[in-house]
Amino acid sequence: MDNNKNWIDQRFPLTKVWNEHLAEYYAPRNFNFWYFFGSLATLVLVMQIVTGIFLTMHFKPEETMAFASVEYIMRDVNWGWLIRYMHSTGASAFFIIIYLHMYRGLLYGSYKAPRELIWIIGVIIYIALMAEAFMGYVLPWGQMSYWGAQVIISLFGSVPIIGPDLLVWILGDYAVGDPALNRFFSLHVVALPLILVVLVFLHIVALHTVGSNNPDGIEIKKNKDKNGIPKDGIPFHPYYSVKDVVGIVVFLMIFSAVIFFSPALNGYFLEHANFVEANPLKTPVHIAPLWYLTPFYSVLRAIPPMFGSQFPGVIMMFAALLILFALPWLDRAKVKSIRYRSYHYKIALGVFVVSFIWLGYLGTQPVTPMNAILARIFTVAYFAFFILMPWFTSIGKTKPVPERTTE
Amino acid sequence: MKKLLLTTISVLAGIAVSFNVLAAVSGVHLDSANTDIRDQKSLQNGAKLFMEYCLGCHSISFMRYNRIGEDLNMSDADVKENLMFNAEKAGAPIVSSMSKGGAIKWFGAAPSDLSLVARSRGTDWIYTYLRSFHADDARPFGVNNKVLINASMPDVLWELKKTKSAGEFDNDVRDITNFLDYVSEPAKLVRVDLGYKVLGFLLILLILSYLMKNEYWKDVKYGKWRAKD
Repeated sequence: MDNNKNWIDQRFPLTKVWNEHLAEYYAPRNFNFWYFFGSLATLVLVMQIVTGIFLTMHFKPEETMAFASVEYIMRDVNWGWLIRYMHSTGASAFFIIIYLHMYRGLLYGSYKAPRELIWIIGVIIYIALMAEAFMGYVLPWGQMSYWGAQVIISLFGSVPIIGPDLLVWILGDYAVGDPALNRFFSLHVVALPLILVVLVFLHIVALHTVGSNNPDGIEIKKNKDKNGIPKDGIPFHPYYSVKDVVGIVVFLMIFSAVIFFSPALNGYFLEHANFVEANPLKTPVHIAPLWYLTPFYSVLRAIPPMFGSQFPGVIMMFAALLILFALPWLDRAKVKSIRYRSYHYKIALGVFVVSFIWLGYLGTQPVTPMNAILARIFTVAYFAFFILMPWFTSIGKTKPVPERTTE
Repeated sequence: MKKLLLTTISVLAGIAVSFNVLAAVSGVHLDSANTDIRDQKSLQNGAKLFMEYCLGCHSISFMRYNRIGEDLNMSDADVKENLMFNAEKAGAPIVSSMSKGGAIKWFGAAPSDLSLVARSRGTDWIYTYLRSFHADDARPFGVNNKVLINASMPDVLWELKKTKSAGEFDNDVRDITNFLDYVSEPAKLVRVDLGYKVLGFLLILLILSYLMKNEYWKDVKYGKWRAKD
């Protein structure tokens, strides 16, 4: 065994990589519940890729066959229904995990120096994941696939001057149809997964360069013993690898409960209208994207058309995403963790979370005068969290941060 | 940490309640279908009724005759005798013989394929719809429907309704609904039972992995990874 290891180590840094990233990667000893979601996100990514490979073997990216080929997978392919449900539930699970993972970052200030790049790469992953999920949802070619794509892609048509040409360039046609389905398939199964895997790799490399943050928001590398090991650190493997296994099993239990007992989750994970084949001549009364995109869809709808163009809404929708990049520099607080932050931050974060969830809910509902007013209020609150952040993070009394991690 | 989690959960619960207060009450009241996909007799009766009353116009083209046989414990001979009226091979998809052109001429619209109707409309909708036909001389077939107003479909079950008691009729409609629920997702017959087994397995795995984690983490609590000062 040792001989084999030596043979490989002389030719490839196997032991070095293992030690640097697992056996001698020192993670803070005080990780809590919120620290399960990184490993869970990796698990779901792998699961989506593996189930996706098997779905690709049977799916037909063609206008007249796509819908039927999904039903073929559901009925005639051995275990096809399970693979498909794993993939469709996996998409929603991915976003739940990513949202909790990002929320963890907000709670403990994980985006603050020296971890700005980890946050930035993470936001790019999040945006790429939205594109990946959106295109994946088009593939089954149901009514919502079709009309959802029609609505979202038409946004590009609202860009001044180049809009109409841009739209045709994206779709390869004047409306969503076979060329769009075919290219979305290509992007969904090749381009975006490749981008995602590379980005996740970079995310982890950046993380392992500076080391993990923790619920106290202190730098464990400031307190090292004589061997250069952080006093509050423990090796990732075996301590966090065995702990993450527990988290993974709990996740799989919830995940399985959805897959086996309620795979459509009352229309939230698989919309009812998407069990009707796409019909370009029959516009559904109510078009809503899947839940994970609805907060931004709400922002889009909240902005009224100006000068006869929807473009301002489109700009605000993208701004709502892009503003996340600025977070590390908007936060002026001297402490990272919510445990030691001022009340101002806690209230602001609470308002932000409530606004985000409300925007998400409103995005699933038809526009009524009441809903439109609410969407505008919560859109203002969403942006206010970022725009006012330099102010509310620099006022108020913060608590003293301990030297060492607390239990 | 506990306080944080509690705050988070209570905020989420508050939001969920406020959604329900705001949610608009939808138009038509639907009766609860109360179907039971484990009831084989009901599914078999539903299949038979579907082939007699519905297949004349509506296909369930994602379903095959012999799949029904396999799933509902019917031999190929049973299937041929009781279910197959317009197909030769047991492996054939279940397609109506009505021509699309003719259907549009006769009814104004081609009858939809019902393979997935239980997933797009829901079982309560089907159950209520089939029981909601009423006389209306303004319509071409002399009937209208309360759930789908101005439906182009005639009341094909009128004969059943006339010859049976109200309870028996409701049961027949329930069986057709149950059958359509099964047709929309044949995997539903097996996935729930499999789900309990998978969860059972994961529960054992959870106990073992939790014990393993505790064993390792003794090091962190009392042993070599105790914080060194």
